[in-house]
Amino acid sequence: MASSSSLLSPVVGYKGSLSDQIQETLALTRRLFIQLRRRPSTLIAGILQPLIWLILFGALFTNAPDIFLPGGMEYGRFLGAGVIVFTAFSGALNAGLPVMFDREFGFLNRLLVAPLCSRNSIVFASIIYITALSLLQSLAIMATAFVLGYGWPGLTGLLIVLVTLLLLVFAVTALSLGLAFALPGHIELIAVIFVANLPLLFASTALAPISYMPAWLGWLAAINPLTFAIEPIRAAYAGPLDLHLVLLHAPYGDVSGYGCLSVLIGLTIGLFLMIRPLLNRKLA
Amino acid sequence: MLVIELKDLDKSYGAVKALKGLSLKVPKGSIFGLLGPNGAGKTTTLRILCTLLAPDTGEVSVAGFNALTDPRSVRQSLGYVAQEVAIDKILTGRELLELQGDLYHLRFEEKEGRIEELISKLEMEEWIDRRCGTYSGGMRRRLDLASGLLHQPQLLVLDEPTVGLDIESRSTIWQLLRELNDKGTTVLLSSHYLEEVEALSNQLAIIDAGKVIAQGSPEDLKRQLGGDRVTLKVREFSDKNESEAVRDLLKNLDGVRQVVINNAQGFSLNLVVDDENVLPHLREKLDRANFKVFALSHSRPSLDDVYLQATGRTLLDAELDVASKRDVKLESKKAMR
Repeated sequence: MASSSSLLSPVVGYKGSLSDQIQETLALTRRLFIQLRRRPSTLIAGILQPLIWLILFGALFTNAPDIFLPGGMEYGRFLGAGVIVFTAFSGALNAGLPVMFDREFGFLNRLLVAPLCSRNSIVFASIIYITALSLLQSLAIMATAFVLGYGWPGLTGLLIVLVTLLLLVFAVTALSLGLAFALPGHIELIAVIFVANLPLLFASTALAPISYMPAWLGWLAAINPLTFAIEPIRAAYAGPLDLHLVLLHAPYGDVSGYGCLSVLIGLTIGLFLMIRPLLNRKLA
Repeated sequence: MLVIELKDLDKSYGAVKALKGLSLKVPKGSIFGLLGPNGAGKTTTLRILCTLLAPDTGEVSVAGFNALTDPRSVRQSLGYVAQEVAIDKILTGRELLELQGDLYHLRFEEKEGRIEELISKLEMEEWIDRRCGTYSGGMRRRLDLASGLLHQPQLLVLDEPTVGLDIESRSTIWQLLRELNDKGTTVLLSSHYLEEVEALSNQLAIIDAGKVIAQGSPEDLKRQLGGDRVTLKVREFSDKNESEAVRDLLKNLDGVRQVVINNAQGFSLNLVVDDENVLPHLREKLDRANFKVFALSHSRPSLDDVYLQATGRTLLDAELDVASKRDVKLESKKAMR
C-alpha cells in the first residue's frame, strides 16, 4: 500500500498500489487527449482568439505618444503578458466542462462503478489535460508575440513564465472543477464562465497599468489574481528578472515578484482546500 | 450461499419513496430476475448494490463485502451494465474497452487478451474500431456488456439488458448470459419483460412500489399460486354493472376459486379455477342466465398472474399507470452525481 502526499489524496480512501493509480489516471487522461485529437476545434479556437486579441488590440495604441506607457514601452509588448495569462486563464476556466458533460451524460457513473484506487484520479486527469492544453496555447501565443517583434523572455524568464502559468492554471482548474460538481448543469457552468471571463480581464493589469485606472478599479486590479500572474511575466519579458524587485505598485503597498508568486501559491492551495469537501461528497 | 443480501433498504428522492424496506437474497450461481413495472424501484436497487447510491437506511452485502464500508471490494467483484448506456461517442469501441481495462487495473497482456476474446464472443469485429457515436442500440449494448465482463467478475448486474433491442442482439445476449452462468457467474438482471425473466432466470423476485412482494423460482411461485387462469368477456365492451352481475353469478360455482373484474381491460373477468373441467359448467351457467360469451381463454398461471395476485393489477396496467405519472427528467437529474 502506497500513500500519496498530494494535496488531494485524503479526499477519498486511498487503496491499491501507486502503479494502479498511475494506470487509471493515465487512461483517463488519454481519453481526454483522444477527444482533443478528434475534435481539435477547441484547441484551434483557444489559440486563434488570443492571437486576434494580440494583433488587433496590440495595433490599437500603436500611435500613442511615447509617454503612454512607463519607460516608453511599446503597447504590443505590454499587452503580450496580459494575453498569455488570459489565454491560460480562459483555458483553465473551461476545465470543468468535460467533467460536467460526463456527469450529465452518465459517463461519470461508469467511472464511479469501477474500483478506482482513488477517485482523485478523475480530478488529476483533468488537471494534467488542462495544464498541457493551456501551456500549449500559451507557447503558441509567445511564439506569435516573438514573430510580431514583442520579444521573448529568455531561458530563466521562460521558467518564470511557466511556473507562474502553472500556478494560475492549477488554481483556476480547481475552481472550475469545483463549479462543475456544484452547479446543476452545463448551461449554468457556461453562464458562470461567460460572466467571469471578460470582467476579470478588464479589471486586471492585462490591458493597462494600475496608474491609468480610477482608484476603485485600481483596487480591483490590485486584488485580481490575474494581475499577480501578469506582472511577473511582464517583468520576465522586460529583461533579466529579479523576483525581489517590486513589480506591482498597488494602492495597499508594493508587491515584489516573490510576493506575486506567493499570492498565487496561496490561492491554489486555498482553492483546492475549498473544493475538497465538495469532491468528497460528489465522488465518495 | 448468498452472493447478494439486501436488508430493509429505504431510499427516498425528495418526497418520493423509491424503496420501502426492500430485502432481497440472491443465491450464488443463479440467474436472478428482478421483475417489476417501471418505477417499482429496480434501478434504485441495482444502483445501491453497485455502490452508485447509498440507501437512507438498511444493509447491503455483495460477494461477502459490505457495500457501505468497503465499496471498492464490491466494485471489484461485480460488472454493471446500466440501463442507459453512457458511452463516449468520440472513442472507438476498442478504445472504450482499453479504458475500462485500465480502470480495473488489468495488466497489458491480460487486458489485450480479454478484449480480443470478448470482441469475438460478442461478434463485434466488424465495427469495434469505429466510433461509438455511429453504433446502433444493439451494438452499444454488446459493447457495454463486454466492458462489464472485462475483469471477469463473479457477479454480473444488468439493468434491463435487452430493452428496445432487435431480436438478434437479444438472443446473442441471452445466449451469452446462459454461457456465463454455466461457468459459474451469478447473473442479476432487472426487467419489466415477463418473457425475459421466464426464459432466463431460475430465481426471481417481484418488486412493486419499492418492496419485494414475492420471491422464489418461477415454477414455485406459479405452483404456490395454484389453479388455472380463465379470462372471460361476455361482450366486447361490458360495463361495470354487467360484469358485476356475471361475477356474482360465477363466484359460487364449484371449482371457481376467485373472480376479479379487470377495470383496465374493458371490465373483463379474471377467474382462478381448479382445472379445465370447470369450463363446461361455466358455459352452461352463463347460457342459462342468457349471457353470451364474447371471448374466453384458458391458461396455466404465468408470472403476470403472480404479479396480479400480489398487487391486484397486471404488469401492463402498472406500466401504463406509472408512465403517466413519472417524471423521467427529474429522476435523471436526481441520479446525477
